Amino acid sequence: MAESLSSFDIIGPIMVGPSSSHTAGAVRLGKMAKQLIAEKIKEARILLHGSFRETYRGHGTDVALVAGLLGLSTHDVRIKDAFKLAEEAALIVTFEPVDLGEVHPNTVRFLLKGESDRELEMQGSSIGGGNIVITRINGFDVEVYGNYETLVTVHQDRPGAIAQVTNILSYYGINIAFMRVARKNRGKLATMIIETDQHIDPDVIKIIEALPAFTSVRLVEKVI
Amino acid sequence: MDWNTLKGLAEEAEKQKTSLGNLVYRGETEDYDGPELDIYERMKQNWLVMKEAVHTGLNKPQKSRGGMIGGDGAKLHIYANSQKTLSGLIIEGVSRSLAVAELNAAMGKIVAAPTAGSSGILPGVLTMLEEKLQPEEKKIIMSLFTAAGVGSIIAQKASLSGAEGGCQAECGSAAAMAAAAAVELSGGSPTQAINAVALSLKNNLGLVCDPVAGLVEVPCAKRNALGAANALVAADMALAGIVSVIPADEVILAMGNIGRIMPETLRETAKGGLAQTPTGIKWQEHFSKL
Ligand code: SF4
Repeated sequence: MAESLSSFDIIGPIMVGPSSSHTAGAVRLGKMAKQLIAEKIKEARILLHGSFRETYRGHGTDVALVAGLLGLSTHDVRIKDAFKLAEEAALIVTFEPVDLGEVHPNTVRFLLKGESDRELEMQGSSIGGGNIVITRINGFDVEVYGNYETLVTVHQDRPGAIAQVTNILSYYGINIAFMRVARKNRGKLATMIIETDQHIDPDVIKIIEALPAFTSVRLVEKVI
Repeated sequence: MDWNTLKGLAEEAEKQKTSLGNLVYRGETEDYDGPELDIYERMKQNWLVMKEAVHTGLNKPQKSRGGMIGGDGAKLHIYANSQKTLSGLIIEGVSRSLAVAELNAAMGKIVAAPTAGSSGILPGVLTMLEEKLQPEEKKIIMSLFTAAGVGSIIAQKASLSGAEGGCQAECGSAAAMAAAAAVELSGGSPTQAINAVALSLKNNLGLVCDPVAGLVEVPCAKRNALGAANALVAADMALAGIVSVIPADEVILAMGNIGRIMPETLRETAKGGLAQTPTGIKWQEHFSKL
């Protein structure tokens, strides 16, 4: 078909209603957070902004976000039962209406605690048609869309750290589609977001994790 | 050939003595590096979910998430089966479209076509025609490619989003897509199919997006219902040989232009139209107190 639009962009995706931005996008945001914390979540504080805050009950955004935290996909009919599933999984969820300032109207901030007390702060927006963008991870300003397999690292901001990772990836034949680096203060902690064309094997992650400058390395799969 | 206009597509299809759907399907397989079967199977998957949605929507009606709607598709279906209706077969397509739109609002599984808000129109029209015409499955799958081809050109030349272009872009596009699919499924020519697009879309021009309390419930479900009626009537008109004076491609451009000058209050913000009627405001207040 003409341009980049495929027939399946028009007829599809298969999803649970009622709204691609308030439901499907919300599931995907939850799923991103689940992958970033990378352990069983025991507590979730969910801060809702803008149109998410105004309409979250009617659109089922609340259950959709929780469904994502539980790892359900956007077409899983159990999305509407997510609160019950959360209870069964001993996941405690609270919602708080907030004003996050000048951000997209469909924005959520997750404050998660995992079973080992690991914490994650993640903020993201549902930007239409089920597409999402993650804008903040643990205080770092980022930009992750979840359309590629994505590597998210936290490391000491020092010369050579980035090159070490890109060298490892290229050695294993993994092509970088997009890459961004963010830091809070020079010479302190930095984060690197690498979106790749190929799948990154868990063994490659282990090699990167073993690098002395790296405190955390997470692989986020394409979220659907 | 010209892939960017409906006229170009229809001319090419006529030249090759094939359908629009076949042409779109072949274009799709050319761009694709996997096995050809996958493209067909993927669309078939969409079709099966559409059928399931019609079935669930009609037989297991539920209240919507927000609680404003639910059960009207089933009600209409029973009515249509128990007496002679004023609008004949149309109402059977309409009841199914309504049932799917209600299922969407109740967090059921649907296929965005082109959006979740307008997801009832195509399945309602096509499952009704499947029952009446009993075509082989392949013809229905190809008619979905016809619909996708129409939608893809509307997306490029105008918009498929209510927030961008009002409901004419969502339910209006869905109806136009369904009209073209219905023409091809009934054995009409590609030129007739794009005439159905023009006839259908012309009558939805200017349709605003004004959902009560911002939820995809009111008026969305009923716009799906009447969108299906529009699609079927436009298809019949085109099959009868009626030609739209303004060609489909120009109607699409007009729709895009109207969308661009439509005030923001009428583009999904719930700040105008039905959302701001006394009843709409009452619902909005009800949700804000929850
Ligand atoms: S009124 Fe708006 S939200 Fe409802 S179906 Fe139409 S475009 Fe979608």
